[in-house]
Amino acid sequence: MNIEAIKSIYFFEMARTRRTLLQSVVSPVISTSLYFIVFGAAIGGRIQQIDGVSYGAFITPGLMMLTLLTQCIGNGSFGIYFPKFTGTIYEVLSSPVSMAEIVLGYVGAAATKGIMIGTIILLTASLFVDLTIAHPFVMIFFFVLTAISFSLFGFIIGIWAKDFEQLNLIPMLVIPPLVFLGGSFYSVKMLPPFWQAVSHFNPVLYLISGFRWSFFEVSDVNPIFSAAIILVFLTACMSILAWIFRTGYRLRN
Amino acid sequence: MAPIVSVSNLSKTYASGFQALKGVSLDIEEGEILALLGPNGAGKTTLISIICGIVNASGGTVTVGGHDVVSEFRKTRAMIGLVPQELTTDAFETVWNTVSFSRGLHGKKPNPAHIEKVLKDLSLWDKKDNMLRELSGGMKRRVLIAKALSHEPRVLFLDEPTAGVDVNLRKSMWDVVERLRASGVTIILTTHYIEEAEEIADRIGVINGGKILLVEDKVALMSKLGRKQLRVDLANPLDDVPETLSSYNLTLEGDGQCLIYDYDTSAERTGITALLAALAEAGIRLKDISTRQSSLEDIFVEIVRAGR
Repeated sequence: MNIEAIKSIYFFEMARTRRTLLQSVVSPVISTSLYFIVFGAAIGGRIQQIDGVSYGAFITPGLMMLTLLTQCIGNGSFGIYFPKFTGTIYEVLSSPVSMAEIVLGYVGAAATKGIMIGTIILLTASLFVDLTIAHPFVMIFFFVLTAISFSLFGFIIGIWAKDFEQLNLIPMLVIPPLVFLGGSFYSVKMLPPFWQAVSHFNPVLYLISGFRWSFFEVSDVNPIFSAAIILVFLTACMSILAWIFRTGYRLRN
Repeated sequence: MAPIVSVSNLSKTYASGFQALKGVSLDIEEGEILALLGPNGAGKTTLISIICGIVNASGGTVTVGGHDVVSEFRKTRAMIGLVPQELTTDAFETVWNTVSFSRGLHGKKPNPAHIEKVLKDLSLWDKKDNMLRELSGGMKRRVLIAKALSHEPRVLFLDEPTAGVDVNLRKSMWDVVERLRASGVTIILTTHYIEEAEEIADRIGVINGGKILLVEDKVALMSKLGRKQLRVDLANPLDDVPETLSSYNLTLEGDGQCLIYDYDTSAERTGITALLAALAEAGIRLKDISTRQSSLEDIFVEIVRAGR
């Protein structure tokens, strides 16, 4: 195990986060505050509680997931795509590091950053609404596993992407609809039966629902299903990565 | 002694179908400087990339220090430093950070004293806190060399290190290369500047169309394939080479104004004295005499042409 290399990649990536502190930390805080002002204070005041939870609190887990997903995919994909784009990837590829170590470095940094920002959002939210976390360990389980899985997913996108358009395609076009329609701002039980059924095909619904359960013990789907979905997604990402490493797909060909 | 780098029957076909290497075999001895010459697209960079682990081979094997570059990549890559052809740098990093990063990637513990020495050797010390995007092209090139030297490699690959570099910097780079060689580092360089190879290399390899056309000791190559030419400018033009001089295999050029005599410097007798005597005897008056030795460039052009 080349610990020095993992450390080097990890801290190199974290240094990039430090350099772009405004963009990486301040902007999610501002956008979350805006959500709370609009949905929590302005509109939320007119909405009754959902499942016995005040609306402001109800949307907090969804907002955290929205940011966590976009941040982790963005960081995971950019971290590996940028060296590919500039050509500095040659150095990582010609170093005595295994692909698993490369992933630990890049994905570790992307997940760390996602978790940091998610935590900041949680703290920001607690300024606006009263929050209690019923099952802290379950909350951490969903939080950390989601960060890791989606950073891995981002890493795969970063390897796959041939240009900036492809790089942004999934984070910009696919993730926001899935998150918004996955019950971030409402319970899917509020939807007509047809759309309720459709929503159950959205994997993000399970993530948000499970995450919300860890806060308020209310959920759209059984939290066990949620845990299963995140584990399946994690396994799928790791399998795809294993295939990428074996074949050298878009890296060593 | 076993070669430090051993390439055996290496081939590479890219996904596009382009066959970049067609069964290349090559041994590189420890401590030597090998210059790989070849036109663009000859396969130089592909060969280096496979040895360094950037590109997967389609067939054949490579060992570095006796270890296979695929199954024992940790050992081989830790031994290798690579300076790529393209000026690829992280624009927003500082010189110090990017060079330290390279050392870490190669599994070495931080060693500020070594990084300092490398930066000073390459006259980069006063730029250590500058961002890479602030540096000139020549400085970026030196940063790439510093990165490759950060982990104290035993084998250094320089892929066209002096492309686009001014004369002074080029000279100072070759000083660094000389010092590295003196410390026992094996150096493989590719270059377009043949006079560079001529000046610095111990052995010359010529590669074209994915095949190694020859690998030879530079001195032996120059004497084997290098010719010398005697050029005799005549006071009065000739129509033909006179009968009495037919045994010298002369050619008449420049509208009969000059005679060209090819001779072999390694032969016991060059025949120059006899030729000049014969010219005098034939009553041919000379205006001027000059000799010319074929350069590595001529040899290179000839080999590549013959190899086609």
